[in-house]
Amino acid sequence: MAKHHVSVTLNGEPTEFLCSTRQTLLDVLRDELNLTGSKEGCASGDCGACSVTVDGRLVCSCLVLGAECEGKSIETIEGMADGEKLHPLQQTFLEEAALQCGICTPGVLVAAKSLLERNNNPTETEVRYWLAGNLCRCTGYDKIIRAVMKTAAEMRGGA
Amino acid sequence: MQSVQFEAPKTVDEAVALLAGAKGNARVLAGGTDLLVQLRAHIIDPSLIVDIKKIDETRSFKKNRDGSYTIGAAYAGAEATERDDITKDWPGVVEGWDLIGSTQIQGRASLGGNLCNASPAADSVPAMVAAGMTANIAGPKGRRTIPVEDIAVGPGKTSLAKGEFVVSFNLPARPKGGGDAYLRLIPRTEMDIAVVGCGVALVLDANGTVTSAKVSLGAVAPTVLVVKDAAKAIIGTKLDDAAMAKLDAACQAAAKPISDKRGTVEYRTKIAGVLARRAAKIAADRARSQ
Repeated sequence: MAKHHVSVTLNGEPTEFLCSTRQTLLDVLRDELNLTGSKEGCASGDCGACSVTVDGRLVCSCLVLGAECEGKSIETIEGMADGEKLHPLQQTFLEEAALQCGICTPGVLVAAKSLLERNNNPTETEVRYWLAGNLCRCTGYDKIIRAVMKTAAEMRGGA
Repeated sequence: MQSVQFEAPKTVDEAVALLAGAKGNARVLAGGTDLLVQLRAHIIDPSLIVDIKKIDETRSFKKNRDGSYTIGAAYAGAEATERDDITKDWPGVVEGWDLIGSTQIQGRASLGGNLCNASPAADSVPAMVAAGMTANIAGPKGRRTIPVEDIAVGPGKTSLAKGEFVVSFNLPARPKGGGDAYLRLIPRTEMDIAVVGCGVALVLDANGTVTSAKVSLGAVAPTVLVVKDAAKAIIGTKLDDAAMAKLDAACQAAAKPISDKRGTVEYRTKIAGVLARRAAKIAADRARSQ
């Protein structure tokens, strides 16, 4: 069967790709566009390692078909830093050692960025609930939560 | 595993024609949070997937002049929870919707999908049923509107005919003195499937007497249940202890659950009564504070 020709805006850049119906957005990002920052953990929407935003909405890219994305604006972990300049969340995650193996980290960062764009002063409970769909087997979450809270405070202070 | 045709029509008529004309198994794609998992796990092997999200009517959300709502079948939970109107008018409906999965899942999961996936434990359905919501269905024979509780007929099975799909929902205006609530029991605070769910919508008069009520249970039968005896138990009362005991007993009598890893028959039956009492109390508190 003919492949779908899909045009999107990816991290601000007009991008086109070809995909089959069964390919998810995650498959397209990793296998067609060589953007391997988004990870496949569970492939069933439970772990959040593939988190991206589509038209500003946080989603699991493993639960989106590539073919559905025509005309959409997609943001991935690759679009988070501004060239060599890390996003404040990325910088704080490094400083606070809020990661160990790193598989969950891109998804956590994309999800946390999405939270701080909506709520620049979240409570710890709000951060924990927002990130409930991002599973981490290493950190025990405390360092991740602390890093997000610290970044939020710094971004508010700097604004 | 066959190759899958993918279509994203812009009109209801085109979608109906595609679904009605499909050879083999056609599937409707809204938020995809169940469909893609089933596709991946080879639980389904469709020949056609019809993405309905390019149809404006499925993605719209409208509060009408009479206070009722028209909600697109593919409108996502995260979008609803960010709205002030429905969260104030029908907090129970939003609670059910908002409990489905993580932030990421809520960004996509829709009422239409949750209903038509036809899981007995679907969190959004008991509150939709209690609130008296109806589904607008389009199909080869035209349009029809039926109560939400008439869609699912068993686990994974709906009453929709070939070519039919749910386009949108009608949610009545919140009645004067009305309140609703949805509660579910899971072994933790987030991200799990209901052991039992209960939706209650009721109306209180100025004296605090219940004048109408609808009670719905999830995860205790092959489909979400409407428990008429539970509503009868509280109508005409002020939700005193005797009325609450009758409500509890009616829900326990209606519950016909299975035992599985989430809970036994005995446990689910008892919890059905407990959740109904608690949900009725919350709904009444909301009705009073309106």
